[in-house]
Amino acid sequence: MNDGNATLAAPDMEGLKPGFTEPVFEAQEAFRTVLNTLSYAGRVHTLETELDPPAPLDPAMAAMALTLFDFDTPVWLDAAIADGAAPDFLRFHCGAPLVAAEGEARFAVVANLSKMPPLDRFAIGEDRYPDRSATLLIQVPSLTGGPAMTWRGPGIDGAITVAIAGLPADFWAQWADNHALYPLGVDVIFAAGRALVGLPRGIQVEG
Amino acid sequence: MNAVVEKASWDEAYNFAYLDEQTKRMIRRALLKAVAIPGYQVPFGGREMPLAYGWGTGGMQVTASVIGPSDTLKVIDQGADDTTNAVSIRRFFKRVAGVATTEATEEASVIQTRHRIPEKPLKEGQVLVYQVPQPEPLRKLEPRETETRKMHGYAEYGLMHVRLYEDISRFGHIATTYSYPVMVNGRYVMSPSPIPKFDNPKMENNPAIQLFGAGREKRIYAIPPYTSVKSLDFDDHPFEVQRWPQACALCGARDSYLDEVVLDDKGGRMFVCSDTHFCADRQEKGHRGPMAADPAAGAFARSSDTSARKEGER
Repeated sequence: MNDGNATLAAPDMEGLKPGFTEPVFEAQEAFRTVLNTLSYAGRVHTLETELDPPAPLDPAMAAMALTLFDFDTPVWLDAAIADGAAPDFLRFHCGAPLVAAEGEARFAVVANLSKMPPLDRFAIGEDRYPDRSATLLIQVPSLTGGPAMTWRGPGIDGAITVAIAGLPADFWAQWADNHALYPLGVDVIFAAGRALVGLPRGIQVEG
Repeated sequence: MNAVVEKASWDEAYNFAYLDEQTKRMIRRALLKAVAIPGYQVPFGGREMPLAYGWGTGGMQVTASVIGPSDTLKVIDQGADDTTNAVSIRRFFKRVAGVATTEATEEASVIQTRHRIPEKPLKEGQVLVYQVPQPEPLRKLEPRETETRKMHGYAEYGLMHVRLYEDISRFGHIATTYSYPVMVNGRYVMSPSPIPKFDNPKMENNPAIQLFGAGREKRIYAIPPYTSVKSLDFDDHPFEVQRWPQACALCGARDSYLDEVVLDDKGGRMFVCSDTHFCADRQEKGHRGPMAADPAAGAFARSSDTSARKEGER
């Protein structure tokens, strides 16, 4: 599904799951939650959504996709997501082009953490346009059950302890490199079930 | 969710909150990048709004992309809830989004403002949307966008310090009183929009989310909560805010931003709070200024302060 031609294939309408029932209001509510998530970095926010997205997408991941993706946003899917019904779901409801190269994506959707590409494969922006960088939506098993790390930076009153579970062993080393690029770099939103935690590039993380 | 949506009622000749959904998505994506890079100006595809440029089209597009049926909106213009710009924008969102509106700072979840930050401290979860005429703090020093982009890209801000220094060499102090440039999160020099420098300290470590929209210039920027926002200054000329020898003539406040109101053609004048809700709230609680008993002064302040204030702007 990740080769360039797949974008043109007709979606399988048979097994297609529905998107938002009230797109205007559900997208607005989801956006406010995502805005709060990235603004108050490190805090767990919960989305009130009744979405039943195709596996392996969690409701929070699908809600972010339906809220933020459209024809303007090339999207990169990891293999775990690209193999199932999710690509048809995203293509039909968002109309977003799916791209095979990580560096071309505005959004990346990651569910298989063991095979997650290194952060530096994604667009980090340009020195005059640091906003032209990727936002990674990473689905994790839990937002509270992992090793405790101390986060500091804009959006955090002093420091906050966050325990994201299931990340690759060298993720935080990669994150330190990403943070060092500030104001360039990627931004991350972690999701588990209906819950979200934001990790914008300005956040410094210590073990 | 559903209960709120079912109750939502607006002028359905328009999409909810006026903008179409694709435009909202584009603005929402810009807002997320703006929050991730505090103080950096994100270009966006600004739309035409049913209002002239310069009247808050940028702020309105941000508000329209953020607001939902369960929000309560407050709109202020130079601190006042009852002036032309504030009244018309509030009415616009009442019509196209059907949202509840308020004049009370503490009751609002979204506050759109022109040129002031409310006196009452903001809380977590509140969103403050600024209307911005010129988002580029370096524009008067360097007219070319290609150049100012580079200056921000390489954090090359010497020119701004030279401008402030020239103030000191000519006047003995930094004479900039509004749109006073700030350094956000130690990286980007940002225009706080034309708020008085009195309000600059309120931007730092504010628990609320601060979003800035410039419609004509098509730029969005933001300050996330609890972020460092320093007004530029020099060690030997530290940043200072305005102080008044007077208290507010109506409510007696000594810690608020005061507007000067001319009362007659014989030199009569008074100083009143620019934040009308703050002033009215204090008066309700029994605080009285030296001219509070004078009904003419009170009525005059309420009805004419708008035009007096706006003269300085246009």
